[in-house]
Amino acid sequence: MTTPNLVEKLTAKAGLVSATVRAVASMDEAMAYVADVCVGKEVCQILASGCDAPLSGTAEALCETKQEKIICAPEMPEEAMAALSAQCAERGVKLITSGMRSHLGGIDIGLTMAAAGIAETGTVVIRSTNEEVRLASMIAEIHIAVLPASAIVADSYALEPVMVDWMSRPDFTAFVTGPSRTADIERVLALGVHGPLELHILILEDK
Amino acid sequence: MQDATTLKDYRKQLREALENDFQRQALDKFAVAYRTSRANAFADIDAPELIAEIAAAKDASIDHLEELFEEFKRHAEAAGTKVHLAATAHEANEIIARIAKENDVKTIVKSKSMTAEETHLNHLLEAEGFEVTETDLGEWIIQLRHEGPSHMVMPAIHLSRYQVADLFSEVTHKQQDVDIQKLVKVARRELRPKFCQADMGISGANFCIAATGSIGLITNEGNARLTTTLPRVHVALAGIDKLVPTLHDALRIIRCLPKNATGQAITSYVTWITGAVPCETAKGGTKVKHVVFVDNGRLAMARDPEFKQVLRCIRCGACANVCPIYRVVGGHKYGHVYIGAIGLVATYFFHGREKAKNLVQNCLNCGACKAVCAAGIDLPTLIKEVHARIQDEEGHPLYSTAVGQVLKNRKLFHTMLKSARLLQKPVTGGTPYLRHLPMFLFKDQDFRALPAVADEAFRDKWERIKPRVADAKLKVALFSGCVQDFVYPEQMEAAVAVIASKQGVSMEYPMGQSCCGLPLQMMGEKQAGRELAAHNMNAIDAQDFDYIVTLCASCASYLKHGYKRLFADDPAMAYKAAQFAHRVIDFSSFVRDVLGITDESFTGPSKKVTYHAPCHLCRGLGVTEAPRALLGEAGLEYVPATEEDVCCGFGGTFSVKFPELSKELLGKKLANLKATGASAMATDCPGCIMQIRGGFEAEKTPFEVRHVAEYLAERLKRK
Ligand code: SF4
Ligand code: SF4
Repeated sequence: MTTPNLVEKLTAKAGLVSATVRAVASMDEAMAYVADVCVGKEVCQILASGCDAPLSGTAEALCETKQEKIICAPEMPEEAMAALSAQCAERGVKLITSGMRSHLGGIDIGLTMAAAGIAETGTVVIRSTNEEVRLASMIAEIHIAVLPASAIVADSYALEPVMVDWMSRPDFTAFVTGPSRTADIERVLALGVHGPLELHILILEDK
Repeated sequence: MQDATTLKDYRKQLREALENDFQRQALDKFAVAYRTSRANAFADIDAPELIAEIAAAKDASIDHLEELFEEFKRHAEAAGTKVHLAATAHEANEIIARIAKENDVKTIVKSKSMTAEETHLNHLLEAEGFEVTETDLGEWIIQLRHEGPSHMVMPAIHLSRYQVADLFSEVTHKQQDVDIQKLVKVARRELRPKFCQADMGISGANFCIAATGSIGLITNEGNARLTTTLPRVHVALAGIDKLVPTLHDALRIIRCLPKNATGQAITSYVTWITGAVPCETAKGGTKVKHVVFVDNGRLAMARDPEFKQVLRCIRCGACANVCPIYRVVGGHKYGHVYIGAIGLVATYFFHGREKAKNLVQNCLNCGACKAVCAAGIDLPTLIKEVHARIQDEEGHPLYSTAVGQVLKNRKLFHTMLKSARLLQKPVTGGTPYLRHLPMFLFKDQDFRALPAVADEAFRDKWERIKPRVADAKLKVALFSGCVQDFVYPEQMEAAVAVIASKQGVSMEYPMGQSCCGLPLQMMGEKQAGRELAAHNMNAIDAQDFDYIVTLCASCASYLKHGYKRLFADDPAMAYKAAQFAHRVIDFSSFVRDVLGITDESFTGPSKKVTYHAPCHLCRGLGVTEAPRALLGEAGLEYVPATEEDVCCGFGGTFSVKFPELSKELLGKKLANLKATGASAMATDCPGCIMQIRGGFEAEKTPFEVRHVAEYLAERLKRK
């Protein structure tokens, strides 16, 4: 169903908004990538302004809650979890699937499965009615979304029927396009205001 | 938040705003960058078509808001959302405070909502003892500074990094670096605990989808996702105009809104929430969810044929981005809560006549806002309409009524102009400018030299210069407008020569014609304007002519579009106005497109000529190619200027009422023209010529400023 065109377009458009896009051949490869990114990153990136950055008392207290490397992967398919737990165990990363509310100071990676991708804007569609998914994809310093190539559509109109179905019951769905950003100070772009500093999209090739 | 009580006060505030150098530079940079980024964002999309679709869909919803509300309520309640409809802003605030109390709320986080700004929600919540924190970075900054937003999308665009660093130092009690990336992270970490502690989250809603009872929120920062996720209570506040029938309607708007707002293809986050979703900290594990709709005059507006289009607005802020006045004075002086062109209109409806009466006069009628509006709203016309309504309600100022009386009486008006010629003798010093003006009358007008009234009006020359054409194939009526008739008759003569160079065109100058009436529209004198329009349509019997040609872009666009609007409620006159409007054409289009004059008609050495695109020609009539092409046909080298289509600051009576602004805009225009390296400029409007020529004259820069017709006429091959 997917034409290489849609993959290309999504890759290009997502790149324009500072997302990192990688094609992966298998879920195992995707999980290895996730573990690599986690091991390779600094312990706490919100401290990009420097761990010694002056903070008020309450904000500083929150930082104390983040001491080890954590990946939260709340709603990943079983095959992914098997691969990921093996990777995490081997490389000393804590893997959780719930309990995000005790990690509101920040986690390293929030891993999600995208329900769809929108080529026109380089968007991933994350169904996040599950609160853990919502929090993992927002609180994490890096959000990694696995997107099956076959789930990429040309534009948002193409998702209308399925979204209307989702909306027939309580639902929380997000279009995510690049990392969290602001230009509120002097129109200078800054990434990672409230949400992730980075967004990685792993396009999973169809078998 | 403009709050002047008198026009004098307002002008004082404007002068202060003009002195804010940081803001001036920031907005200048933004205005220039926005043009490019918007154009890029729409590169693959037919923007006018998308805008027309949005307008049509919105119009259809506006006629059914109450039904859409019922439908939304039914679906939302089935999914666990409580839905409210507040008649007034105050009632909406009270409902929200009550929800907070019922749920034992102490602290509240908010994501950005213009509607909450409209209702002054924070005031009430804070007065009731709740701790409220804005979480959008820009909104947080202005909340800490106790000010309102200065732009609907970029609320803190008026502030520098230094001001933000000082503010954050104060808030954290630690010295903060003046580094934007770091300041953003400081906000991230200071606000995170607020999210964690908050009992209630308040958001706006960009869309409320009736068919599913869902809301849609668009943000870049992601604060709306946290606001609607972490606290156990979520209240969304929305104007009832945010109701759309289906998801498709919302998706359509998303295709346009971020592109039009900031040139982004889409925002980082679009959040769709249906019903009460799981929430760990809420009782029973399900979020307490409310949607509060506020009417605050919207339903009445929906029934007002003239103003219902205001409800199409999707709050993209573009009408501020392109407004030349916003660019020099900033949002705090160009709106009350809502900012930019839409702010000038909406303030009257949401915040009352007192807040609107000065603001609404501060418009050039340049049409830049209308040209980019994501919802195709005819903003300049509505601004004038609000002005007219306020005058009808408050009583018309004496001078305004007096001008109305004079202008609608052609004989009186023309007699006055002719006596002005005699009276001005002592002040011209034999030059074509008024030199020694009694300063008490023309305070602040010295930034440009004002032209003198010509020795002989065009109408008085007409019989002598009229070309006699035996067998005419094309019959043309000339409409001069006051300025070309009495001040610049040479422009009319030039046009006559150019048109006469083609065989078989007969010209008439119907003597009964008078001022087109646009100045009355600008002054809010609607009734006098109607009488004047009727007078002109009698003086020029449209049926007698193939075309009504005018050299004045402002007259042309007003005759073509304004007259039909004036008589919208009178079918017989509307028909007549349509007949009339159909024949109206601007000089350049007539010469190039109808007469088909080409380079064969011209001779003479080439020189560099730049161009100023009159607002009422390029946007009012959509004519952009004809004049530039004609300069080329005539053998001139057209050199484009930067921001060629930005208003020169004349705006008719605007320049008299707000000389300090007119001067600023003229200054920019002159600088852009000089930067071309040319020393001659052509344009299609005598008003622009008056302003620009007068500006060069006042600063003693030799620069030729003439009508396209004059450049063509002097280069015509002699037969
Ligand atoms: S018409 Fe021009 S001056 Fe008036 S609000 Fe629109 S952009 Fe601003
Ligand atoms: S009036 Fe038009 S341009 Fe202005 S904010 Fe509304 S939709 Fe945007």
